[in-house]
Amino acid sequence: MNILYLLIPLTLALVLLAGWAFFWAVNSGQFDDLDSPAWRILVDDGEPTRDDDGRRE
Amino acid sequence: MAGPCFHCGEPLSGREPWTVRLEGEERPVCCPGCQAVAELIRDSGLADFYRYRTAPGSRPGGGPAQAPDDDAPWRAFDRPGMLDAVSAPAGDGTRACTLLVEGVRCAACGWLIEKRLERLPGVREVRVNPATARARLVWDPSILPLSRALGALAGLGYRPHPGDTAPADVALRERRGALRRLGVAGLGMMQAMMYAVALYAGAFQGMDAGIEQLLRWVSLLVATPVALYSGWPFFAGAWRDLRAGRPGMDVPVALAVGGAWAASVLHTVTGTGEVYFDSVSMFVFLLSLGRFLEMGARHRTGSTRDALARLLPQSARRRGAGGEWESVALPELAAGDRVQVRHGETLPADGRLASAAARLGEALLTGESRPRVRAAGEPVLAGSLNLGDPLELEVERTGADTRVSAIGRLLDQAQSERPPLAAAADRAARWFVLGVLAAAACTWFAWHALDPARAFEITLAVLVVTCPCALSLATPAAMTAAIGHLARRGLLVARAGAVERLAHATRIVFDKTGTLTRGQPRLTAVEPAPGVDPEQAVAVAAALESASEHPLARAFAGLAAAGTPEHVVVHPGLGVEGTVGGRRYRLGRPDFAGDARDEHAGGTRVALSNEDGVLARFVIADALRPEVPREVRRLAALGLPAAIASGDAPDAVAPIAAAAGVADWHAGLAPEDKLARLRALQAAGERVVMVGDGVNDAPVLAGADVSVAMAAGTPLAHTSADMVLLGESLAPLADGVAAARRALAVTRQNLYWAAGYNLVALPLAATGWVAPWMAALGMSASSLLVVLNALRLGRAPRRTPAPAAVLAQEAGA
Repeated sequence: MNILYLLIPLTLALVLLAGWAFFWAVNSGQFDDLDSPAWRILVDDGEPTRDDDGRRE
Repeated sequence: MAGPCFHCGEPLSGREPWTVRLEGEERPVCCPGCQAVAELIRDSGLADFYRYRTAPGSRPGGGPAQAPDDDAPWRAFDRPGMLDAVSAPAGDGTRACTLLVEGVRCAACGWLIEKRLERLPGVREVRVNPATARARLVWDPSILPLSRALGALAGLGYRPHPGDTAPADVALRERRGALRRLGVAGLGMMQAMMYAVALYAGAFQGMDAGIEQLLRWVSLLVATPVALYSGWPFFAGAWRDLRAGRPGMDVPVALAVGGAWAASVLHTVTGTGEVYFDSVSMFVFLLSLGRFLEMGARHRTGSTRDALARLLPQSARRRGAGGEWESVALPELAAGDRVQVRHGETLPADGRLASAAARLGEALLTGESRPRVRAAGEPVLAGSLNLGDPLELEVERTGADTRVSAIGRLLDQAQSERPPLAAAADRAARWFVLGVLAAAACTWFAWHALDPARAFEITLAVLVVTCPCALSLATPAAMTAAIGHLARRGLLVARAGAVERLAHATRIVFDKTGTLTRGQPRLTAVEPAPGVDPEQAVAVAAALESASEHPLARAFAGLAAAGTPEHVVVHPGLGVEGTVGGRRYRLGRPDFAGDARDEHAGGTRVALSNEDGVLARFVIADALRPEVPREVRRLAALGLPAAIASGDAPDAVAPIAAAAGVADWHAGLAPEDKLARLRALQAAGERVVMVGDGVNDAPVLAGADVSVAMAAGTPLAHTSADMVLLGESLAPLADGVAAARRALAVTRQNLYWAAGYNLVALPLAATGWVAPWMAALGMSASSLLVVLNALRLGRAPRRTPAPAAVLAQEAGA
């Protein structure tokens, strides 16, 4: 069971890593807008729009 | 009944003449403004907006009527000084600015704005965040003046507020801070739970002492940031409450978190006794989650400052050194400037009236809905609406020094002093906490006398087993679930305590203006004479009415006008006469315009004539919202008889009340009469829900047990109301009452469970039968049960179809 002396502190390191990643994500604005990215992927920029008399973006 | 307006979702009477042709079908719209916006969206090839959107579009107007893509009001932002103030160089000759955009309701709004602006030449990048209603715009000023981009936005129905992002920044900082705390609590909770499972298993099966001590130390490291960082708002709140002498819910929470954490740390260091890091983390996480969700709702209703910023105009016409009028942005104004304010515009600053007497609407500042006449030289306040002729104003105070800003600061203060969740906390729980502390003290003294070695362990078990977790979670968990549920149904709860009060409500009082009706005179029918083009008749009428200040003339505001009228003569009380396109027209009362037909019921009739005779008859009415009678019946069935307290004349209120099915109505009430009427109802033991559009109802809304503002109301009303009805329908109200009652029932179940559990567990713990680890397990299970019970609210069975479904059915029927 001595391996636990390594594994348990290892979980702590993993939590610290996850916490750091989370702080980075929050501070860089990843969570500021949770709605529109889901739409952006659906409304493809390259898609020719309808009613657009043949003109493409 | 017709369906809702295709663009803005407002219910239609079916008589509106305006449609938009889209995807091969004629779609009905409610007004020419919506028609223009929908056509603009279609012609820009952005019709996909209507497929992607999840909320109705923004209704144009609200401010001075503006033609699509009119950038004149925004020219002030092209001035170099102003451009520097609202934007910054972004390299490569481009500039970047952040705009607060009014009317962004869903992600599709953001998409529409991005697509529309991206098509303007010179725009490099547009990014809209619908959650915060902020747009970041990078553009090349040498190709595109900022005013064109702003004008394009306004033309879509979204009013931009350049350089006005401070409130959004505050909200963003608050959100990020709360999210960080929540994330730390969540990570810590999961980790502490895993260690705790190992410790519990070890307690049963036996465990190597070294491993056990290691697990405790690791738990300590994981739970300490949770208790001290994530739990910090609770400690700060408790300290604030104690200093103010009003112990709120933060005090027992802080005691439980602080006490359990400190005891666990002590036990870890000394290596004896039990640790409760898992319980501490879970408690902090669940409470933080509740507060985070509530904060989201609060941000959506917007801050007061934000609302105030939207009240004042963006620019003003200032007299320059040479005596000519120039358009300047609001921050450029200074004391001593001479400013011109046209009809229908808002005063930009406090000052003295420099021109002749003016009629001003000061509803926002004083609650007085009737226009006030101010004489030359009298002080006038920013935020007043000029209802009369163009006036001139000598500026005395601007920006933060104005009265309207002072009101905003007061409101901000009042809101921050009353943390919503603390206000929602059950007083019974507070007494319970005091009781527990007393019981713990008694236990300690008793055991100290009997068996001093076990005194601390048993006292701790008492404290933990009776930890007010479940009890203090009972109310917030149910309320949080209910608030989320209500928001999805179209009723935004800004103050958590209002849910409980809504469940207890026994009466609902409507202000007629803008709540039961659409709130403004609208052209509901056009009856052209044979051979007359109705659109042409409307255009002529709109041209004539553009010169009139009669309240009914507003029904024509925003309609396409056939040029500018000449030789206009206003006949007070009768109508208006003028030349449009070379022909002489009369518009006004039927007898004035030479129309002999009888008065039309359900509205005011106006006739248009020229020398050939009557061309068209218009019916102008403040129409009842179509869904009102049904909603009044539903509310009555829920035990909330409706009443109307209106400031309008009895003959205007009576037909509306009859049509809505409301027997109890009072007309001609001043705001103080409405408040007195409200107080009388409350004195008779009624719990009153007040629904208002907020402009002239602010005092009444504040006095009600629950105040509900309409989405179409002023932003200021939203921030002072307990709840905001999203959309234009009243349907969420009855849903809301039912949901609030379910929430209250669940809260009661939770409280009974928590109290019952504690009643059983306390004697067991006090007599030493419960080890602290058992107490912690029981407490966690108890809390979990309470939370799971509350979560049932979020997926409560739909007893009534959603408003949209009802409308769709009725449209099909």
